[in-house]
Amino acid sequence: MTNIKHHLTDDLLMSYAAGNLPEAFSLVVATHVSLCDECRARLASYEAVGGAVLYEAPCCAMSEDSLAATLLRIAEAPQDAVPARATGAPGLFPQPLRDYVGGDLDAVQWKSVGGKVRQTVLPTSKEASVRLLHIPAGTAIPDHGHHGMELTLVLQGAFQDEGERFGRGDVEVAGEDLEHTPVATPGDDCICLAATDAPLKFNGLIPRMAQPFLGI
Amino acid sequence: MFPTARAKAVTQHATSDARWVRLVERVKSDKDQAAFAALFAHFAPRVKAFLMKSGADAALAEECAQEVMVTLWNKAHLFDPERASVATWVFTIARNRRIDALRKQRRPEPEELTWGPEHEPEQSETIALQQESEQLGRALAALPENQRMLIERAYFGDLSHSEIAAETGLPLGTIKSRIRLALDRLRHEMK
Repeated sequence: MTNIKHHLTDDLLMSYAAGNLPEAFSLVVATHVSLCDECRARLASYEAVGGAVLYEAPCCAMSEDSLAATLLRIAEAPQDAVPARATGAPGLFPQPLRDYVGGDLDAVQWKSVGGKVRQTVLPTSKEASVRLLHIPAGTAIPDHGHHGMELTLVLQGAFQDEGERFGRGDVEVAGEDLEHTPVATPGDDCICLAATDAPLKFNGLIPRMAQPFLGI
Repeated sequence: MFPTARAKAVTQHATSDARWVRLVERVKSDKDQAAFAALFAHFAPRVKAFLMKSGADAALAEECAQEVMVTLWNKAHLFDPERASVATWVFTIARNRRIDALRKQRRPEPEELTWGPEHEPEQSETIALQQESEQLGRALAALPENQRMLIERAYFGDLSHSEIAAETGLPLGTIKSRIRLALDRLRHEMK
């Protein structure tokens, strides 16, 4: 386990446990939890609340032949047909991210977003968006604030923001009020996974003009 | 030797959640249809109600509840009683089915962490986790009505992310710590 200092908030973990997060945020949560046993345990405790809710829930009678129908389904699709999920061959991306990229780092199709920063937008439902960012060491992500929430998870290298360092596995949860300029630290280039539920608003004319092309 | 009254009370107390664990165990190791029928009788109607509260009509909820139970059968080997109660595990399967069937979205899931095939669940850890799950259930039932309703609505998928209050008033610290220790043991074994 890496030395993770910046974790997910309780409300994100509970929303993910309840199944109420937009897909883009869920991907960041699932990727962070893959790297962080502390958040995995916190998530499991929120899932236990879901178990208690289900257990206490009123019943709704199943149809009469329901058990027989279910056993028939089981007989028709034997267990061998359910493949074990491929799990983490060593690489940079945890499995949930790999599922969306279609592979590890070498499978990413980067596009330049101006300057030396590159990105790729991953396919999710529309209510929020998520992308991988590649920021050369020492480079700033253009100064921006956002209308909604932004989650940024570091996968390689590190960035510095508001006096804090974020390294592999760390996640920054930025609310509407935060206008910030994360800067990739010297060393390895910084690769991170960032989700937003509203378009970023860049401060400065050129990034703002570029915004429609960023797909964010 | 007969167990003392107190020990007996504790054993009886541990039965309801521990019983579900034993039934899943029998489905896993013996493909035991009677054990499956007992699990089905208890959980399928609750999963169906859960899905209807989440907005599914009766036919879709019936269909999905059957699929959830098929998953329980097929994935019984992935259930870890040191980290979850059967109810919690069934909840996660039902939740994922709901996201797929009702919201038509993919559900990114964390990497699975599983014990090796030779691992036998630690009895004392399993019992402790099941008891803590039951305590959580009692704490939920004891919450003031409006607070409990809010939690139920959140888990039925009736509240958006911004409406959810993670401050549940439930004692989650102890169950979290126990799960964390189980993960540490698992990581240790994986090394």
